[in-house]
Amino acid sequence: MAKIDEYIPIVGKPVIDDLRLLADKLKGRVIQHINSTRLGGGVAEILSRMVPFLKELGVDARWDVIKGGNDFFEVTKKFHNALHGSPQDISGGDFDIFMQASRANINEVDTYGDIVFVHDPQPVALIEKKAGNKWIWRCHIDISNPHLKVWHFLKDFVASYDAAVFSAPGFSQRLPVRQFLISPSIDPLSDKNRELSREIIDAVLRKYNIPAEKPIITQISRFDRLKDPAGVIDAYRLVKKYIDCQLILAGGAAVDDPEGQKVLEEVREKAQNDEDIHILLLPQSDIEVNALQRASAVILQKSLREGFGLTVSEALWKAKPVVASNVGGIPLQIKHKNSGLLCHSVEGAAFAVKQLLNNPRFALKLGENGREHVKNNFLITRHLKDYILLFLSLYHPEDIVYL
Amino acid sequence: MDDKYKANEPFRFFTRMHLSELTGLRASTLSQLLALIKEIPGSSIYHHTHRFLLQYQYLSPEPPNDFAYWVSEALGEDELGEKLSSIDTIQYSTIRSLREKIIQVIELYLKDDPLAKLKFSRPGEEFHFIKSISFVLAANYTAGDLKEFAQVLDKITLDSIYYHIFEARLRLERSSNDFSNWIEHSLGDKELAQKISRLDPYSYTLEELRRNIIALIEKQAII
Repeated sequence: MAKIDEYIPIVGKPVIDDLRLLADKLKGRVIQHINSTRLGGGVAEILSRMVPFLKELGVDARWDVIKGGNDFFEVTKKFHNALHGSPQDISGGDFDIFMQASRANINEVDTYGDIVFVHDPQPVALIEKKAGNKWIWRCHIDISNPHLKVWHFLKDFVASYDAAVFSAPGFSQRLPVRQFLISPSIDPLSDKNRELSREIIDAVLRKYNIPAEKPIITQISRFDRLKDPAGVIDAYRLVKKYIDCQLILAGGAAVDDPEGQKVLEEVREKAQNDEDIHILLLPQSDIEVNALQRASAVILQKSLREGFGLTVSEALWKAKPVVASNVGGIPLQIKHKNSGLLCHSVEGAAFAVKQLLNNPRFALKLGENGREHVKNNFLITRHLKDYILLFLSLYHPEDIVYL
Repeated sequence: MDDKYKANEPFRFFTRMHLSELTGLRASTLSQLLALIKEIPGSSIYHHTHRFLLQYQYLSPEPPNDFAYWVSEALGEDELGEKLSSIDTIQYSTIRSLREKIIQVIELYLKDDPLAKLKFSRPGEEFHFIKSISFVLAANYTAGDLKEFAQVLDKITLDSIYYHIFEARLRLERSSNDFSNWIEHSLGDKELAQKISRLDPYSYTLEELRRNIIALIEKQAII
């Protein structure tokens, strides 16, 4: 993993100097992150980088993970979908399963941090252990239109935290605690985002039998209904009528997402035997994801709901033209017609993809703007800065803080 | 370099970092927007009239403020959007006076076109009020003369330039931007100070502003 000084050529030395200045103000405090998995999904990916960087800056950051069986993760997946607003059949038994696992974790997990930073709903009930320390709940999910039964259940826990953090303004709720807006980030030096040689990109295309000469439309996402892989295939078919192109649907699977396999099968069935649709299950193949994004003419992110949509930042960082749904954190990353194209439907997505494939100069300009926007706002250095400021804000309630 | 460019007091560079705090308040109509603009904290007015400067470096000229953008894009009130975006922010020395101007522009518009009250934004496109929390701290740079000042200015973060030009004047209610203050009072060069304070910082990207200030210094001092 890269060291913090390796980011200087990308963001400049003063940005790194500022991080060191800030981190110094946290000396002596222990920051304890808690989530539900070390592997798979955006949260684990961010923490696996954030924690070492905080340590390198001299902040005593640690990372603990709660435990849960399949039944617990099936319930939390239902909660996840319900918070995103999709209809779910949630019974009293589900809440019992959630509380049973939560109680076991309350007994087992040591919440030693001066600041305990809890990510997403799975470990939310740990707040019952709150003593004299500070607690933050970090919501990575789009809860702009949550299933109210689930939200009210969780809200009682969230109300006991010192602060809550959301990825987009529309996710904030009426809560009796301070709420902050912090976007997640990508790491420009990770295998998923670093520069790749043409040879590596070509080798990955060869590995999956994808011809390089035919324009590629790609959506990188977990196989999840909320990412609308079926809608992506529909949009591709509308484009295909006019432009001979191919579609890549590629993504991994997360330990806390038991539904993925089922969705993957549905997608394979919908693709039938179209040899220009490439459905790839890529568990933890970051370089391959990187190569597929770089090989693409257009990147799609046709999610129905989206916590933030880091795959959009990844694509923009590679200066790729992106077509993405106007949901969740995506409009923070794309200003329509400036740094990408936003869509609201299958037809809209197909129209935007055609526009980009037929107008390479326009596509190039959007990609360049997108990269600049990501550089200013969505790299891990900005995220580190925001988190340190968040920790400091717990000790400073005022609007202008002199450190 | 000429001795006249040695300062009585060195310039100490500060930097300002900001965190966005969500208020949970949102508006779907112009009337709701107006009502909330009247009562939200000054740090929210400040956020919505200044965040574009730091977040949209690649857009030049930047969309000047969130209120203007929202009434145009979400409500389709382009004329009001234009009126709000052409508020000459540099003329206002306090957030309070800037807020009053925004209120006046919206109230006048509603008086002329009461039907504008009836428009709603689409679900998901409401205006969300956010506050800006500023953290101010000393950067590790000082300048004892104009040459050093220009050298530091060339490499300091845009956050620092932003702090000394925008935040110091409007949010901390100093009489001018920090650079002009120092050049006038510690270097005694009133002419250069005025040239810098006459720049309309809202019509440049921060990077352009940096280059323009350095160019003015180099031209004046021939360094």
